[in-house]
Amino acid sequence: MSSREKILQQVKANKPPMSPLPTQTTFASIPPEERLTAFIKSNENAGGIVCLVPDVAIIGNYLKVNFTSPERILNTVQGVGFGLEADAPITDGRAFGNLEIAVVESLLGVAENGAAWVTEDNLPTRVLPFICEHLALVIHADNIVGTMHEAYAALNVAATGYGTFIAGPSRTADIEQSLVIGAHGPKRMHVFIVQPF
Amino acid sequence: MSKAHNSVPDHAEAAAKFLQDQERANWHDKALWFNRQKRDVSANLIPDWELLRETASQIKDNVLANLDEYLVQFEQNALQNGIHVHWAADAAEHNEIVLQIIQEHGVGKLVKSKSMLTEECHLNEFLATQGIDIIDTDLGERIVQLAKEPPSHIVLPSIHKRKEEVGELFHQHLGTEKGASDPAYLTEAARVHLREKFLTADIAITGVNFAIAETGGFVVCTNEGNADMGVHLAKVHIACMGIEKIIPKAEHLGVFLRLLARSATGQPITTYSSHFHRPRAGQEMHLVLVDNGRSAHLGRKDFYNSLKCIRCGACINTCPVYRRSGGHSYHYAISGPIGAILAPNRDMREYADLPFASTLCGSCSNVCPVKIDIHNQLYQWRQVLAAEDYVPKTKKDGIQVMAKVLSSPTLYRVAGKSGRLMMRLLPGLANNKALNPWARQREMPQPPKETFRDWYKKNRPKDE
Ligand code: SF4
Repeated sequence: MSSREKILQQVKANKPPMSPLPTQTTFASIPPEERLTAFIKSNENAGGIVCLVPDVAIIGNYLKVNFTSPERILNTVQGVGFGLEADAPITDGRAFGNLEIAVVESLLGVAENGAAWVTEDNLPTRVLPFICEHLALVIHADNIVGTMHEAYAALNVAATGYGTFIAGPSRTADIEQSLVIGAHGPKRMHVFIVQPF
Repeated sequence: MSKAHNSVPDHAEAAAKFLQDQERANWHDKALWFNRQKRDVSANLIPDWELLRETASQIKDNVLANLDEYLVQFEQNALQNGIHVHWAADAAEHNEIVLQIIQEHGVGKLVKSKSMLTEECHLNEFLATQGIDIIDTDLGERIVQLAKEPPSHIVLPSIHKRKEEVGELFHQHLGTEKGASDPAYLTEAARVHLREKFLTADIAITGVNFAIAETGGFVVCTNEGNADMGVHLAKVHIACMGIEKIIPKAEHLGVFLRLLARSATGQPITTYSSHFHRPRAGQEMHLVLVDNGRSAHLGRKDFYNSLKCIRCGACINTCPVYRRSGGHSYHYAISGPIGAILAPNRDMREYADLPFASTLCGSCSNVCPVKIDIHNQLYQWRQVLAAEDYVPKTKKDGIQVMAKVLSSPTLYRVAGKSGRLMMRLLPGLANNKALNPWARQREMPQPPKETFRDWYKKNRPKDE
């Protein structure tokens, strides 16, 4: 008998009595008018730098003022207008070993924890938001939901081969519990929230 | 003759050794309690916290009651997604499967992010016997790997190490300045050291936090980004998981991801929660489903629900015994209260001491996000181990007296009275560190002059 059959057989023989899935599926949320503020607060708590912008082009200006060398910036968001653009998928992410900034779009933000959903559909390669020194996420204010429950209700996680919630720059506290920002992923993160004035 | 096992130092002995370094023990205690407090603050901000725990518990009950069906459903969907699915009955088979995948790809360089399952299976040690090196990329795991030690905590693997010790290790292995111990400096050194490993790795191994039956995908959570750095650069991704990690639907992730990081460190979510459904173009993705005693555990009426564990570590952070004995004193891959109820299921003889490494205060059960009755199970294991003769004699005599006393109300009252009387008249006896092992690290409290029952008899309202 294969291990698969052996395991399934033993699980079947030993499994505890039937227990139904919970029926209550609604949880308290954050009222729509408070979501933007809550998202900003949660993201800042996670170490993000949040900027409200009226349109995407302003992001390009901001980058131009703060970062002089466009060749170390990879922009994947239409309309930003600063940095290199990736027009085709990139198979080997190692190409980005020296990248300073990646500008990436997130299609959904979660107010309760400041996390932003990024999928490979918006990335030239999966490793991009991890390998850059500095990640700049772009998200539309309308796309911020209250809780993780609402996030999963709005998403089809299986529609994309890879998707991730990102909440702040990478971090560790493995040495004496001292929080250090910048473990293996980005050392800094900006979130540009686009909200037409 | 008791079947108690004496080759490894038991928990009490190892704890005594840990406590010899008072300063370290106090630091350890406080560092973990700090995590517990952060958890409380975070949990209190969620009005639905208790409802979330109850919901998570019910989902996991449902998973265990239908585990065979969910496994088959998961496998089917994962295969359709282009993931290679493997089944391992035990640790040895798991290690063989991983070895075979590695060999098929010409060995090459390996990186691994945190996976308690591969710790449980001793994968690193096994691969070393085959001449294969594997680099742990979680900072805490890299620290203990360089120190040639196992992790002492499932979420904070190097919590037992002081920064000066990490500085010394990094000085020896990574060439940092002698005597340097600043965490930011040391973390930067590890970042540089491991980045080179990520950029040259051929195969990346990860654990799995949740696998979704409905969609055939799985989720891996980290703060450091090390799992993602590894798998997105390597040509092969091998994910290893215990069969109990299945959840029915993607929407259930909402419940578990809200609970996991808040319970672990007080963060509202880990920095990265990555959902894998298909390999990237040109990549190969493998998933190993491991039983290793779980299907047998499922059949133990009083103990199976410990399989609901989501490995948040909250029960460990809160445990007064863990905090003052350190993870290594549990001599099992998973330490603390949850380790103490999982380990005897693997081997009653080897781990007979662990269910005794508890005050049964119940703090673990109170914080557990999936509502495992941890302290009850610790108590139950003591009964089973005593009945099956796996318990050291000093403990067994105590248990037998206790069982008798607790089963008779009169004896219980008499015992209480004489205990209190004895502690008042002969405090030295209860405090005697040779006769009463409990008193070894403690001063015994002042016994009350009367019990609540005596007081109540005197003071109760007359008309009752
Ligand atoms: S037993 Fe509960 S509290 Fe302990 S690690 Fe598992 S889920 Fe967390």
